[in-house]
Amino acid sequence: MRDRTDGIEDDRRSRLLGRDILRLGTTGLRARPTRAVLSALGIAIGIAAMIAVVGISSSSQAKLQAQLSELGTNLLTVQAGKSLFGQDAALPESAVGKVGLIEGVEQVGGAATIDGAFVYRSSFIDRAQSGGLAVTAVTEGLLDVVGGTLAAGDWLNRATSGYPTVVLGSKAAERLGVATVGSVIQVGEQPFTVVGILEPIDLAPELDTSAMIGEAVAAERFGYDGKPTTVYERSTDERVGAVRVLLPRTVNPAAPEEVEVSRPSDALAAKHAADQAFTGLLLGLGSVALLVGGIGVANTMVISVLERRREIGLRRALGATRGHIRSQFLTEALLLSALGGVAGAVIGTGVTSVVAAVNDWPTAVPPEVLLAGVGATLVIGAIAGLYPAIRAARTPPTSALSG
Amino acid sequence: MTDTTTVSAAAPAQPAGPPIIHLDGVTREYGEPPTLALAGVDLTVVEGEFVAIVGPSGSGKSTMLNLIGTLDRPTSGTARIAGSDVGRLLDAKLSALRAYRIGFVFQQFHLADGVTTVDNVADGLIYAGVPRTERRRRAHLALERVGLGHRLDHRPSQLSGGERQRVAIARAVVGDPPLLLADEPTGNLDSVSGASIVELLHELHEAGTTIVVITHDAELAARLPRQVAIRDGRIVDDSGRVA
Repeated sequence: MRDRTDGIEDDRRSRLLGRDILRLGTTGLRARPTRAVLSALGIAIGIAAMIAVVGISSSSQAKLQAQLSELGTNLLTVQAGKSLFGQDAALPESAVGKVGLIEGVEQVGGAATIDGAFVYRSSFIDRAQSGGLAVTAVTEGLLDVVGGTLAAGDWLNRATSGYPTVVLGSKAAERLGVATVGSVIQVGEQPFTVVGILEPIDLAPELDTSAMIGEAVAAERFGYDGKPTTVYERSTDERVGAVRVLLPRTVNPAAPEEVEVSRPSDALAAKHAADQAFTGLLLGLGSVALLVGGIGVANTMVISVLERRREIGLRRALGATRGHIRSQFLTEALLLSALGGVAGAVIGTGVTSVVAAVNDWPTAVPPEVLLAGVGATLVIGAIAGLYPAIRAARTPPTSALSG
Repeated sequence: MTDTTTVSAAAPAQPAGPPIIHLDGVTREYGEPPTLALAGVDLTVVEGEFVAIVGPSGSGKSTMLNLIGTLDRPTSGTARIAGSDVGRLLDAKLSALRAYRIGFVFQQFHLADGVTTVDNVADGLIYAGVPRTERRRRAHLALERVGLGHRLDHRPSQLSGGERQRVAIARAVVGDPPLLLADEPTGNLDSVSGASIVELLHELHEAGTTIVVITHDAELAARLPRQVAIRDGRIVDDSGRVA
């Protein structure tokens, strides 16, 4: 006869080690891997959608930031607005010169659209097919101000700007079918020689569709009065705000309200902001997918609990408390949704990098978004697993024997 | 032990120790309207006994096993198992009783497929908070004890019915519980395997374990030292009771 202690004095308790809880939590998943994968898929899709949306958006944001820092945000443009009576106002002749005198302004250039002048490849082209191209008289400093670069040939200089020579914006060259310098085209019914072709200009896209000629030749051939349509200026970064305030009064002291100042880099950012509204919509769709995924996990767990009544009964017979059963099933639900979350994070990052590569953006998935995504799945797993776990814990211990 | 008044010490050749099972006027009702599964049962089993509870299906013997195994509580009366009043214990205490003091053997074995025999047996210690390496070491010993030392890494599906039941018995005794409960342990086995299982139970009994076997097999019961016959929720015969 072995020595037995009296049960009344026995204070040993049922204990389940933490790593055993984890191990038990995986048994259901390992027993039915297909089901585990399918039910984790819902969560994976939800998380992947959200991470891809945020990732794509922040990748394009990163691209924009890179673009803006390259182009600079210190470019301001001045245009004539409407007068108080609604008529088109004009900038005064001296506008370019005056802007150049403002403290902090480093570069200044002007452009004036010549009304009624059009550009054609040759004199045989139907006059109605103007191609939406404008003839613009420009100052020699304009190219540097807007940050333009030449695809071919040269920019207008003091020598060429007095003669019938023209520099074409990128789109203008494309529409006219001019690829090399030296061609002769028709500008306002007069032959002009193409001396240069520009690359696209991000901060002044209106110049892309322009045929640019010198001010002197514009005055001589088209009666240009010297009043610019747009003044472009760049100042030091610190002075941008102050210059912006000074510009209207400087350009047109008599009627500063008729002067419109804008910042082209803001327009780029605004275009980006419009894309962001779409991002919000996609994010909403992603969270719906996540919700459905959570319901899928809950559903799988409820079925699992019903199927595993005998296992639960056996575990109770082996000494599991209700709490142990509850933790086992809760852990299983958590692991199931964490599985989906991690898979979703990987898929989402993959989709982001593909989209970024296709668009030539840098891949940027904020790490906190990845953490938040996986964290969200744990919360979902806890919520989805709670009811099934409580049900499992309520399964009577006699289930191992009945049936 | 102070409570010795009801010990069935008179039975000859029975070990006379402290009672490990003590049922006193136990009834158990189920459902609505209530049907009586146990209608007032008095039973005392002392440590070291080897008892068969015999009865036809529906006689209430499974209900009795549930109560003795602390898987269920009586509707009325008291059930003291290993000194504790089952009706008054909280879930945590009952679970501890099962984890440390009671081993179960089921008719359907209840082994996990896809898990090796040694891990199946080691599961018998998981709720005693024993670390895995130690669990497996003791499972190994338990399997040797039931004669399956050569089948450690087999899976249940690779074993015969008799071998599976041996694995289940190893799991039940791996924690060295003083009380072993077996529900129709030979019910799913052919007669040769069944006989070897009974032989194994005898060996465990000789080593000091108190064993209660539930069976409808009168032949099996007859080979055990004490038979308790049950019918319609009442004990109709008890070979160990004082005449």
